[in-house]
Amino acid sequence: MDSEVQKNTSAILRVERLSMKFGGLIAINDLNFEAKRGAITALIGPNGAGKTTVFNCITGFYKPTEGMLTLTRQNGEEYLLERMADFVITKKAKVARTFQNIRLFSGLTVLENLLVAQHNPLMLSSGFTVLGLLGFPTYKKAAADAIEKARFWLEKINLVDRADDAAGDLPYGAQRRLEIARAMCTEPELLCLDEPAAGLNARESAELNKLLLDIRAETGTSILLIEHDMSVVMEISDHVVVLEYGTKISDGTPDMVKNDPKVIAAYLGVEDEEVVELIEQAEAAGVDDITAAVDLLSTEALQEIVETHPDAGPVELIPATSAAKARRAKTPAVKKTSATTVSTATEAAAKAGAIKAGATANALTEPRGGKADRLILIKGIGPVNERKLNEHGIFHFDQIAAWKKADVIAAEAYLDFDGRIAREDWIGQAKKLAKESQAKPAPKKTGGAK
Amino acid sequence: MAEPQALLSIENVETYYGNIRALSGVTVHANPGEIVTLIGANGAGKSTLMMTIFGMPRARTGRIVFDGKDITKLPTHEIARLRIAQSPEGRRIFPRMTVQENLQMGASLDNLQFFDEDSRMVFDLFPRLKERINQRGGTLSGGEQQMLAIGRALMARPRLLLLDEPSLGLAPLIIKHIFEAIKELNKHTGLTVFLVEQNAFGALKLADRGYVMVNGIVKMSGSSADLLANPEVRAAYLEGGRH
Repeated sequence: MDSEVQKNTSAILRVERLSMKFGGLIAINDLNFEAKRGAITALIGPNGAGKTTVFNCITGFYKPTEGMLTLTRQNGEEYLLERMADFVITKKAKVARTFQNIRLFSGLTVLENLLVAQHNPLMLSSGFTVLGLLGFPTYKKAAADAIEKARFWLEKINLVDRADDAAGDLPYGAQRRLEIARAMCTEPELLCLDEPAAGLNARESAELNKLLLDIRAETGTSILLIEHDMSVVMEISDHVVVLEYGTKISDGTPDMVKNDPKVIAAYLGVEDEEVVELIEQAEAAGVDDITAAVDLLSTEALQEIVETHPDAGPVELIPATSAAKARRAKTPAVKKTSATTVSTATEAAAKAGAIKAGATANALTEPRGGKADRLILIKGIGPVNERKLNEHGIFHFDQIAAWKKADVIAAEAYLDFDGRIAREDWIGQAKKLAKESQAKPAPKKTGGAK
Repeated sequence: MAEPQALLSIENVETYYGNIRALSGVTVHANPGEIVTLIGANGAGKSTLMMTIFGMPRARTGRIVFDGKDITKLPTHEIARLRIAQSPEGRRIFPRMTVQENLQMGASLDNLQFFDEDSRMVFDLFPRLKERINQRGGTLSGGEQQMLAIGRALMARPRLLLLDEPSLGLAPLIIKHIFEAIKELNKHTGLTVFLVEQNAFGALKLADRGYVMVNGIVKMSGSSADLLANPEVRAAYLEGGRH
């Protein structure tokens, strides 16, 4: 992989074998990726995966423990960022950044914030203040240019009329845009944005998309982006790199990454469109508990992925989706398909792992009749615990109802509880629910029962 | 919903920053066991309303009543003692305290009596925090700090939970977990939740009712389903990239 990376000259930034350790904590572990010139590269991953740490290494806030960060400028000059001080990186290598927690000069006005960003050229043209004090024309011109450039960016981010307000008084979304403008005033070749859409609503993030695409089109700046808002990432980026626990787990086009089962399991859950689709179907079917349905879907889909695809491979979300749909949305039309899909899902689960160690005495390899009870009806059991119980062969209320003391201890061991099962009276609840489900038997495989 | 005694009712509140009026006559209420959401653009005054409930800044006019008691002029720490907990915008955790100590701060109302039990619930929700239990808050990543802020608020065993943009900076999967957890807590313990979110779609899906705020005024209110269906709301807050 390394040699392949080195051959590519169109990369503005090459990250090779980057590692960052804080004492015993490994924040980044042997990371390789590259950002292409003129492209928008997104860096995504779960919280605490090390994304911001990568930025801090690139911009010189941290000295990486190991690895090489090569930045190639438009004019062919190469810089090894890991050897440079942070202010030199901005000045010479032309890298600029924004911050996750906004760091503007909140006491300065909006305009002043943009002028501070142009400190380097202004300082030079004022002969380090001396010529400026003497009123040399070079400085006057430079000052006028700086204001002109600031105005250009203020127009771009739609803040001209607030130029003289203190930056700290702006609403959150405007502060985010101002940070981007301030970074752009240093005329960077690589712009690093740390969660630019955080705290923006749907419409504002659509505006942000446009701003970023404009910046790239007009200035040719390459952009490296950390973001959790998939409507930004998937829409505008050319290339996506996914981190988890400091290691790269996926790398490719937005479409590839979006469908990578590892990414879905670690980060995305189920795709947004699919969730929306499900919500709409659930609404049509008159299901009130929509969020729960969505969440159920995501937990189930995850479980499905983890169990049937322990090591990548194409993922099929459809069975799990329709299973969840069918369980919640009680429409006869869907039910027909559900019976088969549920059983395939559980069969797959059974094949993949069967019962985990430490199970209770009455564990089953698969639910009776291919259909598990909804254990989350028991107060105290959430989707996560339901999954754990299923993994340990508990699918039905009557199983829990029949638990003896030893079983409770075993279950509490794998659920990581102590005393909660007794306190919340799971067994009593389960007995009641088991009786209820016997009274009106749940629809079985046959389907179509109206 | 019928009109039982509201748990929280904010009547005609006006709040100022210096001479600038941030809230002009806001009237909002939350019934016991309800999830209420407040949506609106950045700068509309949503966070100001959250902070006003806690008396920082104080409401200049109007009344804030919690469980029949006027708390408009109550000192902030006394308000917290009434079991109103807040997860503030921008993750204001204690950066020099460890994760464990931050959670203990949240549980201090009960002298840590329920600490083990409640912290287990928090770790169940955010396994990442368990991995980082002895790390200082300030060394956590942004998203982990957000988890800690929410966890700390839950540790107080609140009757009313104020969440200011809980999804900010969190991975999509974690956002789903949080919304799921809020729903579960609400269902099982009857927790009343007052939620401010940019992710209007997700928030309205979760909530029973919603308010739309524009420039310090409540412009619209109604059931979540009504707001979701309202073309004006859709155009302003929902479309252009569904979350």
